[in-house]
Amino acid sequence: MGFLSMGGYGPYVWTAYALTFGVVIICVAQGRRRHRRVWNDLRSRLQVDTERSK
Amino acid sequence: MWTFLHKLSSPPYFYDLAAKMIPWFAATGVLLIGYGTVAGLFFAPPDYQQKDAFRIIYVHVPAAYISMMAYVVMAVSAGIGLIWRMKLAHAVAAGAAPLGAWFTFLALVTGSIWGRPMWGTWWEWGDPRLTSELILLFLYFGYMALRAAIDDTTRADRASAVLALVGAVNVPIIHFSVEWWSSLHQGPTLVRAGGPAIEPVMLWPLLAMILGFMLLFTALLLGRVRTEVLFRERRSRWVRKLVYPEETA
Repeated sequence: MGFLSMGGYGPYVWTAYALTFGVVIICVAQGRRRHRRVWNDLRSRLQVDTERSK
Repeated sequence: MWTFLHKLSSPPYFYDLAAKMIPWFAATGVLLIGYGTVAGLFFAPPDYQQKDAFRIIYVHVPAAYISMMAYVVMAVSAGIGLIWRMKLAHAVAAGAAPLGAWFTFLALVTGSIWGRPMWGTWWEWGDPRLTSELILLFLYFGYMALRAAIDDTTRADRASAVLALVGAVNVPIIHFSVEWWSSLHQGPTLVRAGGPAIEPVMLWPLLAMILGFMLLFTALLLGRVRTEVLFRERRSRWVRKLVYPEETA
């Protein structure tokens, strides 16, 4: 398992990669959550509007 | 070309087209990043000076590139939005900011992790490259805070666009900082007179990572802009129909 230790630099190298992929995952999740939230907000507002106008 | 651009600035057209393009950008980006990660971690030989610690380059440099690219996208879009009053351009600028902030954070942190074993310090106050990149992070924060503080979208667009344009002077400062002043940071590896100072077996994974992250950033940005468009067009007929089809049915 020589590659895990990275010649003694393992902790630095692996932390850097883990953080990078972590940030990518956060960016994807944040974008999706925001889209869903805007969508649901608009939808419930329109629902209320139609109920009222009935 | 002009008719295409004109069509593109139509919100419903953009909204649909972006949805179709996102998977392609994302898939190509993930493939390139996958290759770059494996090749960078396992196939590229250790650097003769930095040994295996140099492998951080494959995540640090793409993050730093994207941090600046996102700002250029943001400032140019903000400028277009100001001059031609194009709402979609403002939506692009607003969508680029949080992504730019994340990648700037990533560039700072991976740089710090690389600096610790190479320079013996996590951070060096007063270093031009490090300081200008930190200012970039604050510019993104300022831009987002300004937008969040103004309720009216049109006014938020204009005010934040001015901030984005003023802050743009920082981008060339970041890029040339290692040449203009003495810095702990190493000089340019890729964009330099005489061509890239790196062996092909180390270079290819790096180029793949940079391109891969650019494509991934594009996919993320298109997603963000779609959300912006949906919100900005909330009173329009097409959004109402899309979000709440029962209304008209």
